[in-house]
Amino acid sequence: MSDKIKFTIDEVEIEATPGQTIMQAADEAGIYIPRLCAHKDLLPFGSCRVCTVMVNDRPQAACTQPVSPGMNVESETEELRQIRTNLVEMLFVEGNHYCPFCEKSGNCELQALGYRLGMLAPKYPYMFNKHDVDASHPDIYIDHNRCILCARCVRSSKELDGKNVFQFVGRGIHKKVAFNSDTDLAATDVSVTDKAIENCPVGAILKKGVGYAVPIGKRKYDSQPIGSDIEARKAEAK
Amino acid sequence: MAKPKIATASLAGCFGCHMSLLDIDDRILKLVELVDFDKSPVDDIKKFTGRIAVGLIEGGCCNEENVHNLQYFRENCDVLISLGECAIMGGIPAMRNTIPLKECLDEAYLNGPTVYNPSGNVPGDPELPLILDKVYPCHEVVKMDYHLPGCPPSADLIWQALVALLENKPMELPYEVIKYD
Repeated sequence: MSDKIKFTIDEVEIEATPGQTIMQAADEAGIYIPRLCAHKDLLPFGSCRVCTVMVNDRPQAACTQPVSPGMNVESETEELRQIRTNLVEMLFVEGNHYCPFCEKSGNCELQALGYRLGMLAPKYPYMFNKHDVDASHPDIYIDHNRCILCARCVRSSKELDGKNVFQFVGRGIHKKVAFNSDTDLAATDVSVTDKAIENCPVGAILKKGVGYAVPIGKRKYDSQPIGSDIEARKAEAK
Repeated sequence: MAKPKIATASLAGCFGCHMSLLDIDDRILKLVELVDFDKSPVDDIKKFTGRIAVGLIEGGCCNEENVHNLQYFRENCDVLISLGECAIMGGIPAMRNTIPLKECLDEAYLNGPTVYNPSGNVPGDPELPLILDKVYPCHEVVKMDYHLPGCPPSADLIWQALVALLENKPMELPYEVIKYD
């Protein structure tokens, strides 16, 4: 195909379709670039910066940067691993992430990135800020302690559910997810089947009545690092 | 040559990490061949008897006794390890960190729905260790050399990390043994 774009990621030659982002092309080629806010069903957003790669020696978010011919992308370098680890560590100290009793533990993308990047303990001081929990809805609860402000719920509600349940309010450290209602989550038109609920990467938005459904050892990231499914495509792609 | 010494302590923890240490099963026989246990709740030795090769700390610091104990360990241990989520980030006790201390004490001793406390006093005996304003991770109090996460850290993680340290080998820990829960 002559309309393919050729470029390299970590010196591996990749063929991509024009209009694809670096991340989309890498995913197809079986190369995993770590990410948190990016989701395959959502439009590129570029807020978490965990997917930062070097494109011709300049840092770019792989989830928003389109491919162009001949670009030289570096991803698995020690410098980028450190930058990604720092970002993940900052998220761990900014929220109150109690993995030991979180229902999402084992299936949490933030936690799984910590594992994959080799984080044993964050190097930054914990902030222990107070955050609210809204359990007003009969089927869903939102725990702002665990929110990483990836906007997946905001975007999923708009792009996939055709609603507008979630939105950000505040700035900087005061930024948080708010609901499209005058009172609480129960007063919105959110439904337990919404993609906005499913697509939360952490334990911030959870379904009630599920609990610790999958035993330890059989959860998504217990034995396979996050991204293993994408890396498994590498053999097929060849 | 004398065997290297190991010491352990449980600060603001639940002893789950110590249970996990015992969970190394029959490898504990190999461990006592490798090391001598010094100050530890396991053998109830209260004071260090010499220089310690590896100190294992379970739990964070919630009162001044925890801080003194942790500092005592730091002075006497060559390598000091945060063992488990409480030592690393405060864990369950740190849930009080977002609530002012007075509110916590009032709830526990005065206002809680099941409280029976005719004196109406919050315990303040000088014999009791002074409670801190919040629960601190160990590495925010003294320098910690390693962190072994988990609630509790798996027996395999503790074993592999200890053996690597004692045999002076790099710590190559497999993916499956590092968990934050």
